[in-house]
Amino acid sequence: MRSLRLPVVQLAVNIAVLASIYALIACGYVLVYRVSRVLNLAHGELMMLGAYMLVVTASQFSSHWPVAIAAAMGLSLLTGALVYLFLMRKMTGEMVLAAVLTTVALGTLLRGVMVLVWSAQQQYPAQALDVANTSIALPGGARISFFAALLILTTALVYGALLAFLRFGRWGIRMRAAGQRPLLAAQRGIDLHAMYALAWGLSTMTGALAGILIALDSGLDQTMAIVGLKAFPAALVGGLDSLAGALLGSLIVAAAEVLLIHYVDPLLSEVVPFLVLIAMLVVRPWGLFGTREELDRV
Amino acid sequence: MSRRLRASGHFRTGYAQDLRLVETRGERWSLAVFLIALLALPFFASPFLLDLACQVFLASIGALALMLLTGHAGQISLGHAGLLAAGAFTAGILFKEVNAPFWVTLPAAAGVGALLGVVFGLPSLRLRGLYLAVSTLALHFLVVYLGGEYETRRGFSTGVVIDAPTLGGWTISGGRTWYFILGAFAASTLLLCLNLLRSGTGRAWAAIGANETVAEALGIGVAAHKLLAFVISSALTALAGALFAYYRGFVSVEAFSLFLTIQYVAMIIIGGIGSLLGAVLGAVFVTLFPYGIEAVIGTLAGAQRYAGLLFAVNYAAFGVVMILFLVLEPLGLVGIWRRVQTYFLLWPFRHRPMAGSRR
Repeated sequence: MRSLRLPVVQLAVNIAVLASIYALIACGYVLVYRVSRVLNLAHGELMMLGAYMLVVTASQFSSHWPVAIAAAMGLSLLTGALVYLFLMRKMTGEMVLAAVLTTVALGTLLRGVMVLVWSAQQQYPAQALDVANTSIALPGGARISFFAALLILTTALVYGALLAFLRFGRWGIRMRAAGQRPLLAAQRGIDLHAMYALAWGLSTMTGALAGILIALDSGLDQTMAIVGLKAFPAALVGGLDSLAGALLGSLIVAAAEVLLIHYVDPLLSEVVPFLVLIAMLVVRPWGLFGTREELDRV
Repeated sequence: MSRRLRASGHFRTGYAQDLRLVETRGERWSLAVFLIALLALPFFASPFLLDLACQVFLASIGALALMLLTGHAGQISLGHAGLLAAGAFTAGILFKEVNAPFWVTLPAAAGVGALLGVVFGLPSLRLRGLYLAVSTLALHFLVVYLGGEYETRRGFSTGVVIDAPTLGGWTISGGRTWYFILGAFAASTLLLCLNLLRSGTGRAWAAIGANETVAEALGIGVAAHKLLAFVISSALTALAGALFAYYRGFVSVEAFSLFLTIQYVAMIIIGGIGSLLGAVLGAVFVTLFPYGIEAVIGTLAGAQRYAGLLFAVNYAAFGVVMILFLVLEPLGLVGIWRRVQTYFLLWPFRHRPMAGSRR
């Protein structure tokens, strides 16, 4: 390992790519938590489902890959909303544990169903869509694949869009209101269930986007759900109800992971995000940008 | 402990009577019949049934420990598989490195579990609910990583093989012997839990579980009792892990995935939060569930086609069952059992009278 030491620029690129992956996934955790106060531990599986949606749409629109991606995202938006309407809506007002465990159960169910439908074999939607994942040379001897670059760009766009939507959009403001004071929001005529469903839909859609781009970049198999779970410390480090925090948290977690894997031990890959999480919980449990009162509300 | 409804004519007249575990003649008789059936079972059962029973006993120990922590003290833990792994690896490492006999490794595993209980429990002094669950989840990954690291460093990449334990030249092996040993452990755990819950400690846990602020105002040392709950629960869990290692004769991190944690949490949910009977019922249900699924699939046409996908069917069905219990029957199997009992006790009436007869 030590003889294969990578140039610093390549390390920086790796950190940027991993941070974008985590950030794009983590914003899903944040959206759902901020609006409906539920920690969605099925996010990794929902994200994987989104990637499998691409496998389905790829066979329909094999010549136009942007159309296939858009169709898969639309399906994911619908899936997220349906998950809320048919499952999570029943858990409103229950114990925190019950709601979290429902998402865990949903994740288990999805994992089984996905293997049954699409088998456990690795799939390459990029081949089905006939797009080449060319490697782009960067100054300093670093390389980045086309879809990894697209991933960084997408993350920037998604975060820009989400922040603008929550700040200025009419529905975004309603969503924030529903998250802050559900009772007052309902009295002002905001349809809480619609807001929660929208949050679940958007969260699943952004997760699916991450899953789709990872699948296009490096293939799709059962390990993707683990990536989804590893992104969740990033959301918590930044503060579970802060989008900007998720961005910074992802950067910290990704930097720690890439550097520790490279300089200490490749086996650490699975635990680094959780080590960062433990450190954060000891020092500042509510995260970098999280609201402190959240701790007593849960 | 919540007292359930009884047939009329049974009154408690003293505190000692209130604490008694077995109260009526009917209960004494049914307990005796149940015990005799348990003791007689290994002499009639096939090896496969014995293996199932042993698995149920092991799962019961873990589920009872988790029930103490989550169901009674109200502390959420998603690190149960990590604790089981810690116990199993303590036994495995001590056996491999210093060839320690089981009467050293089992207490050592419990000791490691207690120590980890302090580590798992420390966040609980600051964190509540969700954040506590998350911190235990993070510790799970840490413990499993350390186990994997040991396997890789020492070259046991597929797992650590443990010889059957011996006691004075007598090797413990065979389903029947294990049945009695694991059964004894499970029964002792159940008795320990029952006694803990009717002592001052158990009442303190119940108070903390119900409302921490009120518990503190009542003069209960909240921090100490929370830690104690973690320590006892973790020690029992690690012991179960070590027993599992000896029973299987093999330790590997593969066995302690996140799914194992989910299974244990499912046991207390499906069984019914806040009831020791629920923990045991849940352990039985979750342990037998995959075998039930296998049997059902086997009867379907073209079963061979699904043989490779059995684990997937298992996952999916397990998720569905968990969701059904969470949404439709939050009180779990115990809730159903109590409802049936109440139905017969109240017959021919449908509801109990408004007041007065509850106790």
